[in-house]
Amino acid sequence: MIYDAETQAMLDLVRDFVNKEIIPYVGEYEKNNEFAWPILHKAEQMGLNLLCLPEEYGGPGLTNVQTFAISEEVARGDIGIGTTLIANCLASYPVLIAGNDAQKKLWFDVLKEKGYAAFCLTEPNAGSDAGSVQTTATEDGDYYVLNGTKSFISNGPIAGIYTVLASTKKSAGIMGLTAFIVERDRPGISIGKEEDKMGMRLSCTSEVIFDNVRVPKDHMLGKKNRGFKYIMETLDHSRAGVGAFGVGIAQRVVEEATRYAKQRKQFGQPVSNFQSVQNLLADMEIKTQAARQMYLHAASLMDAGKPFSAESAIAKTFGTDTGMECAVNGVQVMGGYGYMKDYPMEKLMRDAKILQIYEGTNQIQRGVIASACLKKYR
Amino acid sequence: MEYKNLWVFIETDEGKAKNVGYELLNPGRALADKLGEQLVAVVMGQNVRPVAEQAIAYGADTVLLVEGEEYNTYNTDAATYAMCSLIQKYKPSIVFYGATNNGRDLGPRVACKLETGLTADCTGLDIDEETGLLMSTRPTFGGNLMATIACPDHRPQMSTVRPGVFKKPVSDPARQGTLVEEDIHISPADIRVKLVERVKEVAEAINLEEAEIIVSGGRGLKEAKNFQLVRDLAEVLGATVGASRAAVDAGWIPHAHQVGQTGKTVAPKIYIAVGISGAIQHLAGMSGSDTVVAINKDPEAPIFGVADYGIVGDLFEVVPALIQEIKAYKE
Amino acid sequence: MNILVCVKQVPDTTMVKIDPVKHTLIRAGVPSILNTFDTYALETALQLREAAGEGKITVISMGPDQAKAILREALSVGADETYLISDRAFGGADTLATSRTLAATIQLLEEKNGVPFDLILCGKQAIDGDTGQVGPELSQHLGRCLITYAVGLELTENGIKAKRESDEGYDYFTAPLPAVVTMNKTPYDMRWPNLTRFRKARVADIPVLTAQEVIVPEDKRGLKGSPTKVKRTYTPVREKNGQKLAGMPAADAAKKLVELMGAAKLI
Repeated sequence: MIYDAETQAMLDLVRDFVNKEIIPYVGEYEKNNEFAWPILHKAEQMGLNLLCLPEEYGGPGLTNVQTFAISEEVARGDIGIGTTLIANCLASYPVLIAGNDAQKKLWFDVLKEKGYAAFCLTEPNAGSDAGSVQTTATEDGDYYVLNGTKSFISNGPIAGIYTVLASTKKSAGIMGLTAFIVERDRPGISIGKEEDKMGMRLSCTSEVIFDNVRVPKDHMLGKKNRGFKYIMETLDHSRAGVGAFGVGIAQRVVEEATRYAKQRKQFGQPVSNFQSVQNLLADMEIKTQAARQMYLHAASLMDAGKPFSAESAIAKTFGTDTGMECAVNGVQVMGGYGYMKDYPMEKLMRDAKILQIYEGTNQIQRGVIASACLKKYR
Repeated sequence: MEYKNLWVFIETDEGKAKNVGYELLNPGRALADKLGEQLVAVVMGQNVRPVAEQAIAYGADTVLLVEGEEYNTYNTDAATYAMCSLIQKYKPSIVFYGATNNGRDLGPRVACKLETGLTADCTGLDIDEETGLLMSTRPTFGGNLMATIACPDHRPQMSTVRPGVFKKPVSDPARQGTLVEEDIHISPADIRVKLVERVKEVAEAINLEEAEIIVSGGRGLKEAKNFQLVRDLAEVLGATVGASRAAVDAGWIPHAHQVGQTGKTVAPKIYIAVGISGAIQHLAGMSGSDTVVAINKDPEAPIFGVADYGIVGDLFEVVPALIQEIKAYKE
Repeated sequence: MNILVCVKQVPDTTMVKIDPVKHTLIRAGVPSILNTFDTYALETALQLREAAGEGKITVISMGPDQAKAILREALSVGADETYLISDRAFGGADTLATSRTLAATIQLLEEKNGVPFDLILCGKQAIDGDTGQVGPELSQHLGRCLITYAVGLELTENGIKAKRESDEGYDYFTAPLPAVVTMNKTPYDMRWPNLTRFRKARVADIPVLTAQEVIVPEDKRGLKGSPTKVKRTYTPVREKNGQKLAGMPAADAAKKLVELMGAAKLI
């Protein structure tokens, strides 16, 4: 795919931002175990936290191609920062998919004011198996009362507003789930354990606990008991973006590894002269470019209003597997230095792993892809 | 009346002259002699008669002395008014100002009021033999290019001149000159811009422009705390502390210490660059130094291109050793 | 709060190299940028407007058509309105002719708006010409107060208060409005463009003012209206044949250096 001039101009701008404001500083924040608010505030100036806002709600009104390509650039800098910014998209999709005008306005007004949102689906006993959601929403007059604990919630501690999936009909399983908009300042919401993660250290992940939280009925998204469908559509959509994150990591790895290989001398010459190293670099480049086309293809289908579910899953799986593979090989190219915290490769490898896990593990993705195959080829 | 004589504006602050004013009497004298004209110093301030006398000792034939409370510290409105009045009254052919912030505030306002040309931040001054015109040479393009500029059809011909480029003349206290007291006072209502507060933030004055020795630190120092090495070296040498943009941007030292295009332009006798690679913007600010000493671990660093003496090595080893050696030498 | 900011498109002089043989400037491949000091002026304008709670920021630049790029940049960080002053008749201007043209433009815009700009901000100098004269000359043309080389600027009840570096620390100056202020490097950098604004700015219509609209007498504009004339340009030869002490232990190098400096009567 060739980007149009506008998209290219935005990508150049974002890359400039990433090179100047993210890459030089993230190592220090990570080392000091500090949340990178100063970087995020600069990203907010650019509106990188509002990528999926339609123009009519005061956003940039980007295409999916643009949103995901920008996501790749941000991820090239740091996926913790990227996740913090782009979790807002994930949290907003249910509203975009099922919300009415008033709900969209409410949602985007709060998002613009507070800066961050979170998507509350996962629970201790409902990961890949979203149907096992145990959080309940019980009718009480004009309200629903929410009770339950959501876990591993990206942006949990900093979000001003949440999309929450809760059970409104326990006996009905996935057909008894309903999606809600819940503002952070409603009484009864608290933040539980903040997770100490292997990588993606600059994203905050926590439990979000709902204890008799009263939510007006007009905060229910779409139809009652149809929440599972909206959430699945949301994930179908956002997956391609996770693929773009994988490509961002892979791209960064191939840049760092190549630069290193050119200046590292062994046996009297740069290691980039050795074919075994060249093969590693070439494979990185091949897969990175291929993975980029995959997420852009899925995004083009979305923009064209065509079905994209399988393509999105393919982009996620290949993109994030590529990110991980490149990071592992990037460490290998750099040898001992690759393993040391003084160089960025070690962090990239720790960061890459989460992408094969979150927003549907790559095992779940393969299930999605396989069922598409089984339907398609009779 | 014909435009005649060469003027030097001598800026004062709380009764004390800026060195650059005296420095300008040096080329001023030479060029006035070349033209066969008088050298006139304009001394503006409060209680600055000693400055006027010193200007004569440094070579001025005449001093126009403008005294008053409103001139105690530089005031843009009062200075512009006084300078324009004097120029209109006496019609000099050439006027030099020191290219300090204040000189570069005053010069353009006067030039604009009198509709004449002004050449900024010059490092070279000469008279063209054929035409008798002032030829002012200045660095431009971030110090990458030198331009020689003339003002053929407008008078006076004016230039602001970089501090430290010219040496102060030799003082001759026996020298005689004319001192003319000028009674010029702007109406207080016309003073609109006012100095309301002076904050002395630093123990030692960071007068980089007039420093004889400067020790500057750059990116090679790696951390804020290591800047102490630069301060220690400066201390044994009695030097003023400077810095590169990288060090200032990193927050290791305030911007007032910055040497270079976005900082100060300096011309000390000795400039010691510690861990400074020598970006063109930095060189633009210090290459007028008499002697440059560079300490850097990269033998290809551009700073060595302008250095008289260079040590290629780890500054964390070299600087402490150097401090010891200087102490020993001084004893 | 009605603020006007003057900006200039300049070659990024940090990227300029000298041809080592011909000693000429290599300008090819050097990007054109918004003058560094103008970014401080623009950011200061944005912050003052935020502090005031309301206001309009107008940005003007004189230059060729390609200078629209920096006006688009200004729009993308938050400027409301921009104008490019572009006409061959204005070309080759020195600082006096430039400032006169800018002053005429400002008067034109003020007439159109029906109100004067409360504040006119400029960078202290352009990083290509390095003169720093246009701002002060502008104040003189317009008969307005001037504060130069400010590193900080705030609004007060009756005007502005500016912070300026001095030899010992800082001086604070006050001035009533309207005023002209030239900005030195501030502790803050210009903000990043907002993507929404960036998209709009890319295709925004930037009005161009020519000598038809900006009326300056022929002998007061462009090359002809410039009292100063460039007689010669050359690249400075900087190479010194210095003595480089390399490949010896730090202590020996330090000792040798002190010996050399002592012999040269430098210490």
